[in-house]
This record gives sequence, structure tokens and C-alpha cells, in this order.
Amino acid sequence: MTDNAPHDIRMHETAGIAVRKLRLAWGETVLLDNVSFEVSPGSWTCLLGESGVGKSTLLRTIAGLIDPIGPTKISSHDGSALRGRVAYMAQQDLLLPWLSAIDNVALGARLRGEPVDHCRARNILERTGVAERANALPAEMSGGERQRVALARTLMEERPIVLMDEPFSALDAITRIRLQDLAVDLLSHRTVLMVTHDPFEALRLADGVFILRSPGNEQARELPDMPIVPPGIVPRDPTDPALRNVHQAIMCALGGKSGMGRAA
Amino acid sequence: MNVLRPIIVFAGLLAVWQVFVSASEIAPFILPGPIAVMSVAVERVDIIAGHALVTLTEILLGLLFGTLLGGTSALVMAYFRGARAWVLPVLVVSQAVPVFALAPVLVLWFGYGVTPKVAMATLIIYFPVTAAFYDGLRRTEPGWIDLARTLDAPRAAILRQVRIPAAMPAFASGLRVAAAVAPIGAVVGEWVGSSAGLGYYMLLMNGRVQTDAMFAALLVLALMAIAIYYLVDSVLRRTIAWQADIDPASKH
Repeated sequence: MTDNAPHDIRMHETAGIAVRKLRLAWGETVLLDNVSFEVSPGSWTCLLGESGVGKSTLLRTIAGLIDPIGPTKISSHDGSALRGRVAYMAQQDLLLPWLSAIDNVALGARLRGEPVDHCRARNILERTGVAERANALPAEMSGGERQRVALARTLMEERPIVLMDEPFSALDAITRIRLQDLAVDLLSHRTVLMVTHDPFEALRLADGVFILRSPGNEQARELPDMPIVPPGIVPRDPTDPALRNVHQAIMCALGGKSGMGRAA
Repeated sequence: MNVLRPIIVFAGLLAVWQVFVSASEIAPFILPGPIAVMSVAVERVDIIAGHALVTLTEILLGLLFGTLLGGTSALVMAYFRGARAWVLPVLVVSQAVPVFALAPVLVLWFGYGVTPKVAMATLIIYFPVTAAFYDGLRRTEPGWIDLARTLDAPRAAILRQVRIPAAMPAFASGLRVAAAVAPIGAVVGEWVGSSAGLGYYMLLMNGRVQTDAMFAALLVLALMAIAIYYLVDSVLRRTIAWQADIDPASKH
């Protein structure tokens, strides 16, 4: 991407995600069972699926917020542990309302009791386009600005993997597109796994798309081993006719129609 | 803020009171008019002020200890798994036993001085403070805790930097209730046994059928309670200014 300021280059490490024999359950109900997939280092992967299918639970499990159950193994693509290498961005900006934008960006260091690099925090706010709001409280900012600060907070942590749970879904269409472009630009060196319910968002951003779906009856959901790979470079124009087939395939897979679950 | 409206309401009520007393020819030892009450209040200002100071001390000390005790209990319950099962019974018992019933015992134990009244005020506000703060600590936005955990925050840091600040609005509600009920504790304590304080003075004047002086003490007590409430409220508002006022009625 464009000149990705020197501050991000500090992060040399890359890591992918390997999920093996994943089992997810909600109480007694098994949502997913025996699912394996891999996210290659530096790629942007979208996870699509109807609501209630366990997307967020999967993301939270990878983030280490929920303990994996059964035979599930989650690691980096090279088998090393993911602990401390994952940043998490949720649908809500999760800014602490009593901290200013810049203090929210530095939240990780503050919580760990480390010295805060204000210079770097300010720099990152600048790159996410909200430097002039550095001292504003979240309540004084618009939804788009708040999500920009949340993105800055994610960038502040030098984590090779970024997990995103519908981070742009609460924004209006124009703001969403701007933030998607910004995220693609700023996260280009990192591995991104993003949950979304919006096929257009996936088409726009993803190097690969996985679809979580119910095979029909009460059986656990399945996930194809290979991702759907839309053609072209990100961020794409989702109305591009070249993407129509992929879009159709995704829609069919989401709808659970037979024979169209996977597309090339 | 409009200060005029409460003044008008208050003045109106006083006027109705005075008119009622004048028109009904009710005996002044049953219900003295506000003018009589005010003149006694002015006349005995140093006596009443002395008693008021005692009561004020009891209320403020009660507020201090009750808040410290309640705050600590809530923190212990929120931070240590399993502590809840130990602290909660204490909390419930503190509320289930009426302080009015405990008052004689406290006087027996701590004598006629300030101590039993402070204990009473402490007891009476312990429950609202603990319950409100603990509730606030339990209801931290789960996303914030998730985020803090992915940032590798130690549990103590999550409590200190996320859960406690997030619980401040709830804590503030508890403190407001405490500020409003603490005078009750102090006055009940004085009624049961004391040699000073507005409660003591009211009983004394009641016994001597100096109803106007009793009302004067009551008036001072009410003003004091209101002042404490608004003081606490304004301090709290300033500390948690980040909390957007959701109540549309309070936005001019």
C-alpha cells in the first residue's frame, strides 16, 4: 500500500491463523464441529454467515476470550501459540467514555502499566485521520470518528493478527466505505480475520471468504476448507461485474442452496 | 438551572401554611405558623446552631464510614470470586434488622456521645452504597472487559481502570441515597439517647410543649439534609461528567 509510516514498520513479525478440529458450543448445542481452516499470514479473510451461526464465538475463541473446547486446536500457521499476538476490534468501538481519544488509543499500555508513548499515539491518530480530536471524549465524537479511534487503538498494539467482529456495521454507508479503505491501507502488513454479515463488505475487502452455514437440519455447521477468492485487488468495487459470480456464489452458500456452497 | 421555581414552590407552601394557621385558630402548641417558627429560630440561633453542628458531624462521619465500608465490601465482592457468598449475608442482615431496633443497643454499647449515631448513620447507608456500587461493578460493559483482556491487562488493572470507573455512575446513585438517608440514622440515634444534637433538642422542646422551637430545629435539619444532598450531587456530577445525561428533561 501507500507509504505505511515508519511507526508501523516496527512490527516485523507476521503470523497466520490455523484452526484445527474446531468445536463451538452454546450451552449444550453444538454450533460447529470438526471444522478446520487456515488464514495465511498477511491476508485479509472474511468470515460470512447468517446470524447465530457462531461467528462471533469463533472470533472470541481465537482471541483467547473463550477457552476452546473438545479437540479444538488454535495456533499460528506455524503451530506457535497465538497468545499476545492478537488484537481484537468489536462492532462497538468500546472506547472508554471517561478517557480522551488519545488515552483510549494508549489503553493497552495504560492497562499493562507500561509507559505510554504519546508521540506514537498521536502519530497513529493522525494516520487514522482524527488527530485534531485527540483530547475529545468519546461522547463528543461522531460514530465514524469513534471507530477511527478504535482502529488507532488496534494499530497501537503491535499485534500481527487483527480480529474484527463487524467493526463497520454500525456506520452509515459512506463512512463505512471510508473506514474500510483506511483499514485496508493501515492493516496491510497484518493478518486480518473479519466477521461480517455483509457480502458486499467481504467482496470489497477480502483476499479470501469463508462461509459458515448450517447444512440444513440440526447438524452442526460446516465450513469449507478452502476460501472463496474474489478476483482483483482490494479494496474492490463490489458492483464490478467481474464479482457477480462470486457474489452469487456467496449468496447461494449463505442461503444454503445445494451445489453452490463453494465457488472458485 | 432554574432556582426560581423551587423557591416559588417553597414560598407558596409557607404562605399556605401561614394562612391556614391564622385562619383556623389552631393552637400554636399543636401547629405554630412559619413566622413564629422563624422568629424562634432567629432568637435561639446559637443554641440551635450548636445542636446542628453535632448532628452535622454525625451525618458526615456516618457518610464517610458508610461509604468506605460499603465501597470496600462491593470491591471485595466484585474482585474475589467466592467472597460474594460471605459478604452478601452481612449485607442482607444489615438491611433486614431495622436500625430503629438496633438504636437502643448501640446506645447501650457506645454511650450517649457521637459514636452510636455515627454507627447508626453508617449502618443505614451501608446497604444502599454497597448494593449500588456492587451492581455497577457487575454490570461493566462485557466488551470493555473482553478488550482489556485481549490487551493482556492484569485483573487488578481491569478492576481499577475499567470496572471501577464504569461503576461510578451506579456508585453515585448509591451515594445520593446515602446522603438523603444518613440524617435519618443520626436523628434516630439522638432520639434514643443523647445529650446534644437536633434530634435531642426536638425531643426536649416537644416535652416542654415549645412546638415552635421543635419546628425550628426540624427546619434546620431539613435544610441541612437538602444542602448535603445537593453538595454530594454536585460533586458527583463533576466527577462523572463523562456520563452523558440521558434524561431529556434535564436538558433545558
